[in-house]
Amino acid sequence: MSIAIYIAVMAGVTYLIRVIPFAFFRKKIKSKFLRSFLYYIPYAVLSAMTLPAILYSTGSMPTAIAGTAAALVLAYFGCPLIVVALAASLAAFLTGLFL
Amino acid sequence: MNNGKAFRRGMLHGIPIGLGYLSVSFGFGILAAGKGLTVLQATLISLLNLTSAGQAAGVDVIAAHGTLIEMALVQLTINIRYALMALSLSQKLDGRFTAKHRFLAAYGITDEIFGVCAAQPEPLVPAYMYGMILGAVCGWVLGTFLGAAAGALLPESVTSAMGLMLYGMFLAIILPPARKQRSVLCVVVIAAFLSCICKYCLPMLSAGFAVIICAVLAAAAGALIFPRKEDAEE
Repeated sequence: MSIAIYIAVMAGVTYLIRVIPFAFFRKKIKSKFLRSFLYYIPYAVLSAMTLPAILYSTGSMPTAIAGTAAALVLAYFGCPLIVVALAASLAAFLTGLFL
Repeated sequence: MNNGKAFRRGMLHGIPIGLGYLSVSFGFGILAAGKGLTVLQATLISLLNLTSAGQAAGVDVIAAHGTLIEMALVQLTINIRYALMALSLSQKLDGRFTAKHRFLAAYGITDEIFGVCAAQPEPLVPAYMYGMILGAVCGWVLGTFLGAAAGALLPESVTSAMGLMLYGMFLAIILPPARKQRSVLCVVVIAAFLSCICKYCLPMLSAGFAVIICAVLAAAAGALIFPRKEDAEE
């Protein structure tokens, strides 16, 4: 299948998600379950995407574990996104030098 | 505030967002190129989507030759949070936000842009949002281009380590709230647990669908066990 079609579907769906509520909805969502669900879904998605995929993201388990550990510690202490992302890469890179 | 001033102010608020995006999108560019996309395709994805997790998952679907239904469902699940943010922002728009402006500015609703816009005390005017979106998009698109183009020039030890960047950012987003709220921690642990089960016990399940199933189950469990109070802070 043409990659252009994939990209069009991807961009189209993403835009519709943003524009429909922004342009047309004026009321608030009342359902407590739905509101809670929508609140939790981003965390659930990011968590499911990250684990266990992060362990395979460098092509070598030891460097990935080192990077993950660095990210976990810095993220736990609330460091900015960019610091956590760079430190995770750096830790994986440095570990790779010793293998 | 006149339009020029509002635009400049938005731009000023958008530049730090764009700088933050730069390195993350660099990682996305490398990831996309590594999965066989061209520089143009990777850059186009970033320009048209402006979303990290959705793009990373989308590239996985493309690489796995998934179906278009899968692609649509993956984007819907991962990006549905933008609907909530758009809904929230729609409540604080200035009268100058006519239908035309709403259709244009909706493109730029991301976690960070939402966060900064939502924190503004006054109603939102279109020029302010456009300025911020421009600053953020420049960083996101430029980073993707550089990552996809230079990814091939950098040694493999560097690019493979940068594959961690996006995931590192995801951890940085979920950990601080998980530390503060037991409900979020619970959702995060359930999602990660289910995701590991999918990976190791149900290998025939594609990565995209696995994420959807795990996330929906975990978020639904969270909503049932820890329903949120009406005015709980987000």
